[in-house]
Amino acid sequence: MIAFIVRRVFASIGVMIAVGLIAFSMFRYVGDPVNQMVGVETSVAEQAQLREELGLNDPAIVQALRFLGHAARFDFGVSYQFKEPVADLIGARMPATLELAFVASILSLVAGIPMGVYAALHRDSALSRLFQALSLIGISLPTFLTGILLITLFSVTLGWLPSFGRGEVVRLGPWWTTGFLTVSGLKSLIMPATTLALFQMTLIMRLVRAEMLEVLRADYIRFARARGLSESAIHFRHALKNTLVPVITIVGLQLGSIVAFSIITETVFAWPGMGQLFLQSIQNVDIPIMAAYLLFIALMFVIINLVVDILYVSIDPRLRASLHGMRG
Amino acid sequence: MSRADDLAKSGPAPPSLIARLRDNDLAASFLSSKTTVAAGLIALILIVAGLAAPLIAPTDPFNPAANFLMDSLTPPRFAAGGDPRFLLGTDDQGRDLWSAILYGLRISLMIGLLSVLLGGAIGVALGLIAGYAGGWIDSMIMRVADVQLTFPAILIALLLDGVAHALLQKSNREETAFLVLVAAIGLSFWVQYARTVRGSTMVEKNRDYVQAARLIGLSPACILVRHILPNVMGPVLVIATINLAIAIITEATLSFLGVGLPPTEPSLGTLIRIGQNFLFSGEWWIVAFPSLALAILVLSVNLLGDWLRDALNPRLK
Repeated sequence: MIAFIVRRVFASIGVMIAVGLIAFSMFRYVGDPVNQMVGVETSVAEQAQLREELGLNDPAIVQALRFLGHAARFDFGVSYQFKEPVADLIGARMPATLELAFVASILSLVAGIPMGVYAALHRDSALSRLFQALSLIGISLPTFLTGILLITLFSVTLGWLPSFGRGEVVRLGPWWTTGFLTVSGLKSLIMPATTLALFQMTLIMRLVRAEMLEVLRADYIRFARARGLSESAIHFRHALKNTLVPVITIVGLQLGSIVAFSIITETVFAWPGMGQLFLQSIQNVDIPIMAAYLLFIALMFVIINLVVDILYVSIDPRLRASLHGMRG
Repeated sequence: MSRADDLAKSGPAPPSLIARLRDNDLAASFLSSKTTVAAGLIALILIVAGLAAPLIAPTDPFNPAANFLMDSLTPPRFAAGGDPRFLLGTDDQGRDLWSAILYGLRISLMIGLLSVLLGGAIGVALGLIAGYAGGWIDSMIMRVADVQLTFPAILIALLLDGVAHALLQKSNREETAFLVLVAAIGLSFWVQYARTVRGSTMVEKNRDYVQAARLIGLSPACILVRHILPNVMGPVLVIATINLAIAIITEATLSFLGVGLPPTEPSLGTLIRIGQNFLFSGEWWIVAFPSLALAILVLSVNLLGDWLRDALNPRLK
């Protein structure tokens, strides 16, 4: 078990270094960093001096190692458009995105899993058909359309909910601002979180339903029924448990992609988070922010993957037994 | 189901995609579901409408000379204050929305199809090579795939788009936007094809017919393209259909976010982006009709993809 975890950790570090090198080559070779940092009136001599100070004349490998070293300490340099340290810019917007992603994740799990289980157990009932139809619409409606639809209904027509921003936020400590503690903060959260959750929820529901149907066909379910176990014991103790094993992997990755998808939601609802910052940096070719965001998302996915892998092994005894054979 | 199963068990290789498509089962399963037939018809109408946009659209939305600012923000013909010239009203620049939607549909479909072709071609080629060659080539390709799989496709597309914009001159951004989008979306989708094709190739390459082809001295390229490729295409077609829907959504999303197609060359996403600015001022039609077109397009493609997946998967019957 320990050896397995160590191996996974090393693999994760490998992925992070690879992504770090991609981020470095973006920073170094996509456009000229010096050109981006200085104004038009800077003399050639000053530019050369800045180039030397930044170490852009060193061999590429030295620069790459320096970039990775700085990145490991969350130092991504200065944003081209805001002239502020990237780490501060991202740090200031992180709470907004993480709170939104957290609420959306909970929402998609709490609604998606029961809907999937129900749709698998009562395959032909009217409600399951409704769920199936809803899930197809949920997958077919792009996230930004869902957002616009909600705004049209609840802000424009009914006027119940605010259509943009985070509402009033409360400062907790030096790094965190929260919208959970004010009425306007909570009200502002409802529509963005629903928008963000809807797509993931439909995915989770479809996945749980498909896996559950697969499991319900297995022999041991038939034997359990032959043994005279009650339907609820079969469904929830035997079937659901085995359904959740493969579901965990995909759900874990889905939750990670919620943060990435929040780029869209944040744009629709003018939510002051990291996604908006990233989008601005793409429009203005602000490479340091793009590189830092790339690394942040990679780090998050790597951690989620690692946790999922470890969970997987501790949940599934078959994997524990065959651990020596697999993943060479 | 029994026929497909028998074939798979008795023959040395499962029936090729063409054979399965010719099989009556598929046609029968298509016709047996009313939803699928409806989705197929709607998708067909939308594709034809998009392709024929220059012929059926009353005006050319790309031609600034044909649009007049005095006509801007006209409501649809059937609403109060509508103008009989504009079936679905006009946008803020006086463009006929019906024409803009037809052209937008055309652009969305073209980008979707081209990027699926690009991603599919790259993915299938790399999957075939990885599965057939094995060894370090295989592990290198799959390592890259693993790293790319770490990120959601939309993020990859956004990043590729951003890097391309940084590399290209500002002046010709508008001309290159179309190609940049196709490349960004196509490159963000190849992993899924590569993984699937690699898996099936590893199974196929040990079958007798491949051994026979190797024995009579055919080159690896010939074996891959002429013999293995037709046998691994079934799942690829399913992935491609589902990816077409995702590619259309991705293009619309990128354009909506303002990093896709410029307002002078509007896709459905760009039109929705423009329309969103008028949500609160009452000009609802600018956002409503393009959204509806996009939703119907994606829904019908998704329904076809669902049907194809079930129809080509004998396990689900």
